[in-house]
Amino acid sequence: MSWITNFFTSSVGKKVIMSITGIFLCTFLAAHMSGNFLLLKNDGGQAFNEYAKFMSTFPLIRVLSIVTFIGLLFHAVDGIWLVLQNRKARPVKYHSFKGGANSSWTSRNMGLLGVIILFFLIVHLKSFWFEMKFGTIQYVEYGGVKYKDLYSIVVSAFSQWWYVLLYIICLIALSLHLMHGFQSAFQTLGLNHKKYTPIIKGVGLAFSILVPLGFAIQPIYVLLKSMNVF
Amino acid sequence: MKLTLKVWRQKNSKTRGRMETYPIDGIDEDMSFLEMIDVLNQNLIKEKKDPVAFDHDCREGICGMCSMFINGEPHGPEKGVTTCQLHMRSFKDGDTIVIEPWRAEAFPVIKDLVVDRSAFDTIIQAGGYISVNTGNAMEANAIPVDKSIANEAMNAAICIGCGACVAACKNSSAMLFLSAKVSHLNMLPQGEVEGKRRVLKMMKAHDEAGFGSCTNTGACSAECPKEISLSNIARLNRAYIAASLTSEESI
Ligand code: SF4
Ligand code: FES
Repeated sequence: MSWITNFFTSSVGKKVIMSITGIFLCTFLAAHMSGNFLLLKNDGGQAFNEYAKFMSTFPLIRVLSIVTFIGLLFHAVDGIWLVLQNRKARPVKYHSFKGGANSSWTSRNMGLLGVIILFFLIVHLKSFWFEMKFGTIQYVEYGGVKYKDLYSIVVSAFSQWWYVLLYIICLIALSLHLMHGFQSAFQTLGLNHKKYTPIIKGVGLAFSILVPLGFAIQPIYVLLKSMNVF
Repeated sequence: MKLTLKVWRQKNSKTRGRMETYPIDGIDEDMSFLEMIDVLNQNLIKEKKDPVAFDHDCREGICGMCSMFINGEPHGPEKGVTTCQLHMRSFKDGDTIVIEPWRAEAFPVIKDLVVDRSAFDTIIQAGGYISVNTGNAMEANAIPVDKSIANEAMNAAICIGCGACVAACKNSSAMLFLSAKVSHLNMLPQGEVEGKRRVLKMMKAHDEAGFGSCTNTGACSAECPKEISLSNIARLNRAYIAASLTSEESI
C-alpha cells in the first residue's frame, strides 16, 4: 500500500474524509437553504423558477453540484464503513452501558442520524431533482422565455401535511447530526485551540439550529398558505 | 450495607461467560470497591466456589491495573478515580451493582474480570520510547522548555494505561491513550526528534490491534481517572496528518 492509501484507511484518515466532506456539505446546506427562501416570495413562483433554471444551467454551479454529489457519496460510504468497523471493535456488548453519563446522545448516534438524513435525501431528490430532470414537468413563460415550473411541483408537495411532517422530522435529525458533526469535524482535523474551540462550538450550535430552522420555515409557510391561513 | 452483585463470570478465553448474581452483606461504606470484592471472594472460598478473578496491584490509583466496568461506567460512577480509589459510600444500601470486564476486540477476556491489555504494550513498543540513552539527569536549565509546554506534557504523561478510555468509548478506540503517550513524548525536546516516525508507527499499531476510530464523543476523557484532555487527541490528529504528508519514510 502506498502512503496515500495508508493514510486514508487509517483510523484518523477515515475521519479526515468525514470531516472535510462534512464541512463542505455544510457550506452546501447554507447556500441551498438561503436560495430556497425565494419560495416565500409572493410572485407566483417566478423568482424561484428563474433561480432554479440558473442553478441547473450555469456551468460553475453544475460543477459544484457534481462535487457535492461526490462529497455526499464519500461522506455516506465512509460513514457506513466507519460504523461497521467501529462495531467490530466491540464484538461482545456490555450488559449495562451508561453512555449518557459521559457523552451526548447525538455523538453516539451519528450513524443512525446519518441514515435518516440519507433516507430523506432519496425522497427529496426523487420529488424535486428527478422530476425536474426526467419527469413530465410543465413549462411557464416569463417575458417570452420558457422556464420549467419547479415551483408548482414544490408547492403541491408541500401542501400535503404528512410530507411536511416528514420533512420536519428529518430536519430535526439533521440538526442533531450537525450539533455533533460541526465541531467534531474541526477536532478531527486537529483544530483544537483554547481561544478558537469555544468559538467553533458556538458557531456550530448556531449553525445546527438556524440552518434546519430556515429549511423548516419554507414547507411550513407553503403548507399554511395552501390552507389559506394567510 | 447489603448489596446485590451481578458479576461477569468466565472460566477462560475459550469458554462463554455469563452474569452471576451474588447477594452480599456486612459491607462497610468506608471500604474500597476492591475490598468489597475481597469480601465477596472470602465468602466464595468458604463456600468452596471459585473466587472472582480481577486485576489489581497498587490499590492507590497509580498502576492502572484495576479494571472494572461498574454499573455501565469504567471505574464506576465517580469522576477522576480508579476502581481501587472508589469507595462503597458512593453506593446505597440495597443497591444492585453490575460488574463487567472491559469490552473490546483488542482486550480479550482472560478470566472473569481480567482482560489482556497487551495491545497497549504493542502500541508502546511501536514508538512510545526515545531511542537514545539520555544518561544522567542534566543541569535543569541546559535545555530550555517553556513551563506551559512542560505542564501539558506532564498532564499527558500522567496516563496510567488503565484502558478505561477504550472501555468507555462506543467504538473501543484507544485514541486518548495513544494521544497521551504521543503528546508527552513529542512535546519535549528529547522526544520531538523522532516525533513523525513515532506518531506514524504508533497509529499503525493502534489500528492493527483492532481498536476503533475516534468519533469525538468525549466519553474517554469524561471517564479517564487521570482526566486526560481531548485536546491531546486533536494534537495527535494534527501530528498524524502532518507526519503522513511530510515524512519521507513510508510507514
Ligand atoms: S488515557 Fe486515561 S483512561 Fe485511557 S489509559 Fe490513560 S489513564 Fe486510563
Ligand atoms: S490497583 Fe493500581 S490503579 Fe487501581
